[in-house]
This record gives sequence, structure tokens and C-alpha cells, in this order.
Amino acid sequence: MFLSMNWIQDFVDLSGLDKLELIHKFSLSTAEVENEIFHKGSDISGIVVAEIKSVENHPDSKKLHLLKVDAGNGELTDVVCGAPNVRVGLKTAFAKVGAQVGEITIAPRPLAGFTSYGMCCSESEIGISDDHSGIMEITDDIPNGTDIKDAYQIDDIVFEVDNKSLTNRPDLWGHYGIAREFAALAGREIKPLELDDLNQYNSLSKVDMKIEDSLCQRYSCLQFENISRNVSPVNMRIRLFYCGMRAINYLADLTNYLMLEMGQPMHAFDSRKVEKIRIKRFDKPFVFQTLDGVERNIDENTLMICNGDTPVAIAGIMGGLDSEIVEDTTTLTLESATFNAVSIRKSTVRLAHRTDASMRYEKCLDPEMTVTAIARFVNLLKKYDNGVKVVSALTDEYAFRYDKIVLDFDKKFVDRYTGIYIDNDTIVKTLESLGFKVELNDDNFSVEVPSWRATKDVTIKADIIEEITRIYGYDNFDINTTRSPLYPVRASVVKTTENKVKDILVKKYNLHEVHSYIWAYNDELKAINIPVENNIKLANATNPNIETIRNSMIPTQLCQVKSNVSFAPDFGIFEIGRVVNGLDENNLCIENKKLAITLYSKTKNVKDVYFELRDILAVITDDLKHKALTFKKAEPKHSYEHPVNLNTILLNGKEIGTIGIAHPTVSKKIDKKASIVFAEIDVNEFSFTDAAAIMYDEPSKFPPMDYDISIEVPDGVFYDTLSECWKSVNSDILKNTKIVDTYDTDTVHSITIRFEFSSSERTLSSNEVQSVMDSVIANLADAGVKLRQ
Amino acid sequence: MNEKLLSLKDEIVSKLDQTNDLIDLDKIRVAYLGKKGSITALLKGMKDLSNEERKNFGAEVNQLKAQAAQLIEEKLADLKQKEIQREISSMPQFDITSPANLERGSYHPITLVQRECENIFRTMGFSIEDYPEIVTDYECFEALNIPKHHPARDMQDTYYLDNGQLLKSHTSAAQNAILKKYSKNLIENDTPIKAIFPGRCFRNEATDACHENTFFQMEGVMVDKDISISNLIYFMKTMLSEVFKKDIKVRLRPGFFPFVEPGFELDISCLICGGEGCPSCKHSGWLELCPCGMIHPNVLREGGIDPEKYTGFAFGLGLTRLAMMKYGIKDIRDLNSGSLKALSQFTDDE
Repeated sequence: MFLSMNWIQDFVDLSGLDKLELIHKFSLSTAEVENEIFHKGSDISGIVVAEIKSVENHPDSKKLHLLKVDAGNGELTDVVCGAPNVRVGLKTAFAKVGAQVGEITIAPRPLAGFTSYGMCCSESEIGISDDHSGIMEITDDIPNGTDIKDAYQIDDIVFEVDNKSLTNRPDLWGHYGIAREFAALAGREIKPLELDDLNQYNSLSKVDMKIEDSLCQRYSCLQFENISRNVSPVNMRIRLFYCGMRAINYLADLTNYLMLEMGQPMHAFDSRKVEKIRIKRFDKPFVFQTLDGVERNIDENTLMICNGDTPVAIAGIMGGLDSEIVEDTTTLTLESATFNAVSIRKSTVRLAHRTDASMRYEKCLDPEMTVTAIARFVNLLKKYDNGVKVVSALTDEYAFRYDKIVLDFDKKFVDRYTGIYIDNDTIVKTLESLGFKVELNDDNFSVEVPSWRATKDVTIKADIIEEITRIYGYDNFDINTTRSPLYPVRASVVKTTENKVKDILVKKYNLHEVHSYIWAYNDELKAINIPVENNIKLANATNPNIETIRNSMIPTQLCQVKSNVSFAPDFGIFEIGRVVNGLDENNLCIENKKLAITLYSKTKNVKDVYFELRDILAVITDDLKHKALTFKKAEPKHSYEHPVNLNTILLNGKEIGTIGIAHPTVSKKIDKKASIVFAEIDVNEFSFTDAAAIMYDEPSKFPPMDYDISIEVPDGVFYDTLSECWKSVNSDILKNTKIVDTYDTDTVHSITIRFEFSSSERTLSSNEVQSVMDSVIANLADAGVKLRQ
Repeated sequence: MNEKLLSLKDEIVSKLDQTNDLIDLDKIRVAYLGKKGSITALLKGMKDLSNEERKNFGAEVNQLKAQAAQLIEEKLADLKQKEIQREISSMPQFDITSPANLERGSYHPITLVQRECENIFRTMGFSIEDYPEIVTDYECFEALNIPKHHPARDMQDTYYLDNGQLLKSHTSAAQNAILKKYSKNLIENDTPIKAIFPGRCFRNEATDACHENTFFQMEGVMVDKDISISNLIYFMKTMLSEVFKKDIKVRLRPGFFPFVEPGFELDISCLICGGEGCPSCKHSGWLELCPCGMIHPNVLREGGIDPEKYTGFAFGLGLTRLAMMKYGIKDIRDLNSGSLKALSQFTDDE
């Protein structure tokens, strides 16, 4: 919203004060002012009112005229002018030689064979409207030679306030409310508005008007006729233009002017079309043509202004085409009303049509304002058009009143909330300057909130703190730390786990952390043959491609692998993110935090990559939990899982995730030759599994003894079967085993296992070692495993 | 020394001169000084000599033996030295200036910025909380004093799910749960609530270089008996100076958020120009950084805390924005792109 400093100063005397400094203060204390401040009129000078004394056609040009103008200096000046509206007797804006018009400095200039000693200007050239159809037409009452800036309020400081920073301040949607803020910030008085006394029309008959719907809070109206003026006064048009509005005609301009001045939207109807004003909603949807000529679908929730049963305007949003003021309109009905803010906002959203009026109504306007606005309107209307006649009594139905708000608090409350000392006198003065009524007894305040702040903005004591502190100025605050007891803060186990896991994956295994979206991307998944699995959906996705929330991060990660195949021949990615696995008994999403890892390799075979990932998981578990993972063959549940080598990952016997190979139908779409292996682990399950303590094993002082055996492992026998053969012997001198060699032929898979024996008490004899090994070998034989010959 | 012995010595010297490897040298040693060596043989042959002769000759042979042993020893040392020299000179000169192999893993930039912030707050005694991404209307709005008709609830801003839940549109959605979690400790043990909660947020809007529907924020709250606006400014200034590693000026402007009262927009002095005004701060000298404010009494009450006894402040820091500022990331969409060309650059956890 653009604001004019001239307009503000109609209501508060700011003389002797630095206006830019005040605007800056306003930005810090009230609402955000955009950086660019416009110094209107600063780019023109030397433009005076001049009268055209003679007009001659240019001998060689149809468009150009040769003028003699009287610029008030006692002589006539020759001017060549191309404007169509030149005529003898017309007073216009004349830029003398030496004048500044925007970028141009006026100098004597040869023009089609004649010299022009100056330039007649259009309103657009002066910067007071966008009218460049001809030169400015000035009324006869202004003497020739008057500087245009003395004739009109062209010099002005205009600034823009971010509308978003006014959402909670219905009182700031007009200059008068803004002026009140400036008055408070400057320590000056706000002047009352000049109003027409509406009581004088009480003897006239009222307008037939009735509120039939509670969405209308207050409806006030007045009828008048005999408007002779069509074009608004120049100063009014300048203000409208500076504030971003186009001048239309006197009546329309005046309703806009009132809205910009008081924040109260108004509408003028042709009285013939609103003989029986009814405010209501309709049971059935219908089409309604607004005054911009657009046909709009009105539903049963939209409040309408009607003439009996005929809708004539969308309440608070826009008037209808049929009831607009036309050429032969003689009597007008002026509406000044307030409506339920939520209803207006919802209608605006439904109609996808936001207007200057609806924008204000959405903010909960003060219903007290409707009648004042009419009184102000009539005051201005008569001021510039003294033939106007009011032909009805003020008709006003006040259906909904906001409660009066009185807030009680004490000085201690203010001290505690602010953390600084602000004296009682400052508090009282600040609040009173903003229109609050304050009673102070000892240190106890009783504050009545003015109606324009009481519609939703100021309702509790904390709101009063804001009023006091923002005017006091946050820059003036002493800043202090708190005094609180000290207590230890424990890091959450999940957080710690996440950080450690990320460090291992990045620092030890060179994996890359990625982020992805919480929903499945249909198209991307389809491109790698993964159908989106049914899961909870977004109810209002604007993009049909992202309807379904993911139930696993693996499909997403496979897509990401595909988009990175050109990055490197081998890489791995991981993410800690959320998935949803169905709904619980309360119909709430079961949200799980997962760690997903996918490895991709063009250079390694799938077995190596698979074991690489298995080892990564084992190291993480060993590092964080001092425990070993176990695995259980799993049946594929998802189309992207290769049915072979799919395993459930168990920690402490509890299922915490899955490791597997990408299904060929998927991996072929990603990269025909690469090995792609994935794992997904539940981060919370993993984190909340207790870690085993590190038990220190003192190195033995006695010599250890190693015993190697080579065995042939039949197909289908897994290492956990082998290890069971020596674990079951339960020997306390067998400390460790490891594979020291593997030897594979086409037919035989053979491994050499080293058994490490030691005792902390004695030197071992070969007999006792042999006896353990005999048992091991016997167990292996029972399991069908032979020693290699 | 007799002729024979002298010529034998010359012979040894000449042979040693011609020798250049350790194996030959050992052969020479064996040939002269070994059990069957020629010098040893001379000693053995002395039994045929008279006592007198034996005494003189013996002394001369022993002298020769000692000389030979010394010559061989010297030659050995010489050869070993030469071998070291050879080894040294055989070492090629490596091109230390060749490009280093920098291949390693990477963290997501959000992780890096988040960790940095978390560490700062940890040092100031804040706990770090985790919170779901899918929340209820109550958590996201109702508990935060966002009335039913507030524009923030409009369908176009928030992603709603089939079951009526929603993707949290701000980290403030965790406030209620955090307040409830710690209110007992606050009330019974006078332990102030100091917590931050980083997390992912979602807004139903079109994406472009500056807008994402998925982004990270970090919320912070502090509640105690006498937390004031003055404290809020102190904490924001201290924390942001740590984040940006320089003394940051802050200023507050009124800002409207339903869950705080008063609410503020917090600006920091421009990081580029320090407040002088430059293109990156649109010549204002200030950057709008984070909304904050005193927690609204209704929000405290909803969290089980009596607003007549306790006050508190809350703030919301845009982690995504911080990461973009810190690393000069211009297109916000890079962060969720999964593109390793972009993301693999963030290798270090400072």
C-alpha cells in the first residue's frame, strides 16, 4: 500500500521533523516500509501556470500549433506545441526555459522551422497522472505565473508499506490510521476528521434496508442527488495517483479516496436499482456479472447485496454491472458496511478475485467506522460540489457489536515481560497516543482498547506490551542474558546415532548424503519400472505426479542413482528420512525414520558390492552397538527387490531393516551393466537398541596358538552353520576364528579357517587344542562339511 | 714380510679392487680367510718350520691375516655404502604437483549447517529435539493459537493428507509437544525449558529458484519465570553472532505471527557490507532473517504452562536459507535434487 506524507499531514502536524527519519521509525515500530521512497515532484521545477493567448496552425504540420502564452511575466512567449487540446484561453502547465521536466532541461528549441521557448506539459509529464492525451487543463482561478507546485500538492514523499505486515492491523488500511501511528511516534496530536453532521437529515425518510444474514455486521447507507461535478479536484486526483489508483470520475474517486483515507470501503449504487436493500445469501448457485464485466459463479456461501431478491453486489468484494452509476443516474445510494471477515476471505478465495475492498474487509474492520465514513464522505462531497443534496436520513443497522475490551495489569507485569524499566508516565502517554483509554492507580493499569484495535488485534495483556515496546523502540532496549539454574543437557540417542552413522558413511566409506521428497514421484518411478505402491495420499496436491507418500526410500534412491549414473563409475548415496507405513488404529500415519543406502558400481560384480554394503552395516553396528547383525532370508514384497539375496536385517533378534539387490527389470532401466545394491534400516529401532559394553580382554602373557583347517563347503551351507560347529563346543580357550584363505573351483568352494587359541592362565598344550579341534571337525562332519584333501 | 706373503697381499688387494658385489666379496673372504683359505693354509703349513722360523713367519702371516680381514671389512663397508647410494639414486622423483585424489564422501549442506547450529545451542544449554514430519491440525495450528479461519490454514499453503493429518508447514508444530514434555520439570524443579528442534517443513506452492515445497527450519524455545524481550534480543544476537562467526547487529521490527505476542521480524546487519548498504541487502544495510517473539499466552497455556507465572520466547531460523547464504547456493532446488555433481562438494564437517 502506498502512502502519501501530505495526506498523513492533513491529520497530524509534523512540521520541523525529519520525514524520512519518521518513516524509518514507522518501519521499525509499526509496519515494514519498502526500501524505495519516492520523492514526488522532485524531478520537476520551473513549471508555471500559463494561459494560451493565441493559436496558429503550423504552415507545414497538421499536428503542430504555434502558440503565444502568458506565463505571468508581462510578456507573451512563443511556443510550438503538438497537443490536440490547445485553444485560446486554456490555462495549462508551462515549462519555462530553464525548467526541469524529468530528465529534460527546457531550452529554446528549433521545431519545424520555428523556435519554441518552453513546453506545455501533460499531466503525465508532470508526473501527477498517466494522462498524456493532451496538455494539462487548469482552472481559471489560478493566476498566470503561479508555480505549479504552489497551485497543487505535487511535492510529496510517498512510501510503500508491505501489505503482509498489516494483516493484523485493520486500522492501518487508510491514511488516518497511519497518521495516528505517526502522531504517536512523533509525540504529536492526531487531529479529528472533518465530518458532516448527519443528524440534520434525520427528518428525511430512511432507505428501505434490512440485514437478513448474520454475516453482515453493520450496514449504513445514505442517499443523495444533484451531483454536478464529474472530474475530481486536482489534488485529490494526485493523491489517488500517487497511491496507485486511477482517477475515474468524481463519485468513484471519492469512494476510493475515502477508502484510502479511512480504510472503509464504500460503494455507490444507482438508487433506482436498490430500492429495497437486502443483505443475504442464496440457496442455489447462480451467475452474477460484476462491474468489470466478468461473469462470476456465486455459491450459497457468498453474501450478496440485493435489491429485494435481485443481487446487485457481492458483499465486500465488488458491485454488479447492472446497479452501476450510469449517465442518467440522478439519485445515488452510498453503502458503508462491515461484513464477517472470514466469510469475505473465503468468498475471495472461491471467486479467485481479490479487490482493494475485500483486502480490507478480510482484516476485520471496525464497524464503528461505517457512519463516520459516511459523514466524512458527505463532508468532502459537499466541499467540492456544493449543489449536492442529501435525500435520505442515515439508515443504519448495527447487527453485530464487538465487546468492549478492558485490560488490567500492573507495572510488574510490564517489567517482567520487557526486562527493562519503562516508567509509568511513558506507558500512559504511549497508550493514550494510540487511542487507548488508560486509568492508573498506584502501579495498576486499566486500559480500554479503542474500537479500531478491538476487532481482533488487541485482546490480551501481552498485546499491550507490544504497543508499549514498539513505540518505546526495540533499538532502545538494554539487552540482558537470563539467570537460570544450570543443568546438564543430554544429547538424544537418535541424534547421536544419526551423526555417527553419517560420519562413518561419509568418512570411512565415501558415500554421499542426499535429500529427497517425502512423496513418490510417479513419473520418475515409472521410468524405472517401479509402480507406486498404495499408501496415504496428499489430499490437495497441485501436481498429480506427487500424490502418494512414500513407504520406503529405496525407490526414490533408485531414481536418484539413475540421475547420477554419469557422475562416477562407482558411488554410493544415503539419506536419513521419513516414510509412512500405513495408518495406526487412530487413523494416524505410522511415520518411520529410515536410513537408506544404495550402492552403484560399474566396475565391481554384484557380489562384491553386496558384501561391501553388508560390511558397511556391520561396521556401523559394531561401532555404535558393539554387536553383530544377523540376517534372515526374506521373501520379496516390492517389485524392485531381486528375489535372491534379499535379507531381513536383525539386531538383537529384532528386525530392523532389509538388504537386497535391485530387481533386473529395474536395474536394467537404470544401467544395463551396473551392480545396484540397497539397504534400508529403521533409525529409531537401531538407535534404541542398547549397546553392549566394551569388556576389556587383557592380552594373555602366555603364547597363543593358531590352528588352521581347510574345508570344502557344500552348496547351500552358510557360514552361520559352520560357526555353529565351533560355537557349540563352548571352549574357553578358543578366542577367535577368521577366514584366512578362500579357494574356489567350478565345483568346490573351499575356505581355510584359522582358529586362535589362548589362555590367560597357562601355556596351552597341543593336546588340549587338538581335542577342541577334534570336536569341531566332528561337528563339521555331522553338518556334511569335509576337510579338504 | 717375505715375498710370498707380499704378493699374496697384492693379490688380495687387486681382487678386492675388482670386486663390486657382496657375494664376490664373501668368496674372496672364504678364499683367503676361510677354513680352507690360502692364508689359513699358510698357518697350517707352519708345522714343518723350525721354531725360530715359525715364530717369525707366524707373526707375518697373522699380520697379513689381520690386514686382509681389515681390507675385506673396509671393502664390505664400501660396498654397503654404495648399495645405499644406488638405492637412493634409483628412487625416481615423484611429481608432487600432480593433482591429488580427492575422492571422498559428502554431507548434505543442510546437515553441515544444522550441526553447526545444534552445536552452538548445545553450548548454551539447549536440548535438541526430534519431531515427525506428519502432524495433526492441532499440533500445527490449533495449539499455536492459529484460529480455524487463519489464512495459514488455507488449502493452498499446507499439504493435507487423506486422513486429515498434514505435512508440517513450520517447525513451530513441535512447540506444543516440547512444552508438554518439559513443563513438569519447569514447574516442579524450576528447570527452564531450553530446546531447539530442527526439521523439515512443507508448503504447497510452486517451486522455482527461490521457492521449494520442502525445506528445513530450526525452531527454538526458552521458557522460564522471567524471560523478557530483553533476553530474547540477547539470545538472538549471541546465537547469530556464533552462527556467522562475527559480531552481528540485530534489530527487531513488529511482525505478526499468531503464536507469539509481541511478534517480531528480526533483521541482522548485512553480512556483505556490514550495514553500509549494498546490492545484496538492497542498500538497506539489513537482512531479514528470522521471525521470533514472546510465546503467546495461549500457546503456553496449551502446553500446560501458566502464562501468569512463566514467559518465554521462540524463534524460527530458516536452515535452508542459512545453507544457501553460507555456501552461495542460488537455486534452492539443488538441495533436493539428489544431484551428486552439486552435493558431492560438501565434503567436510568442519
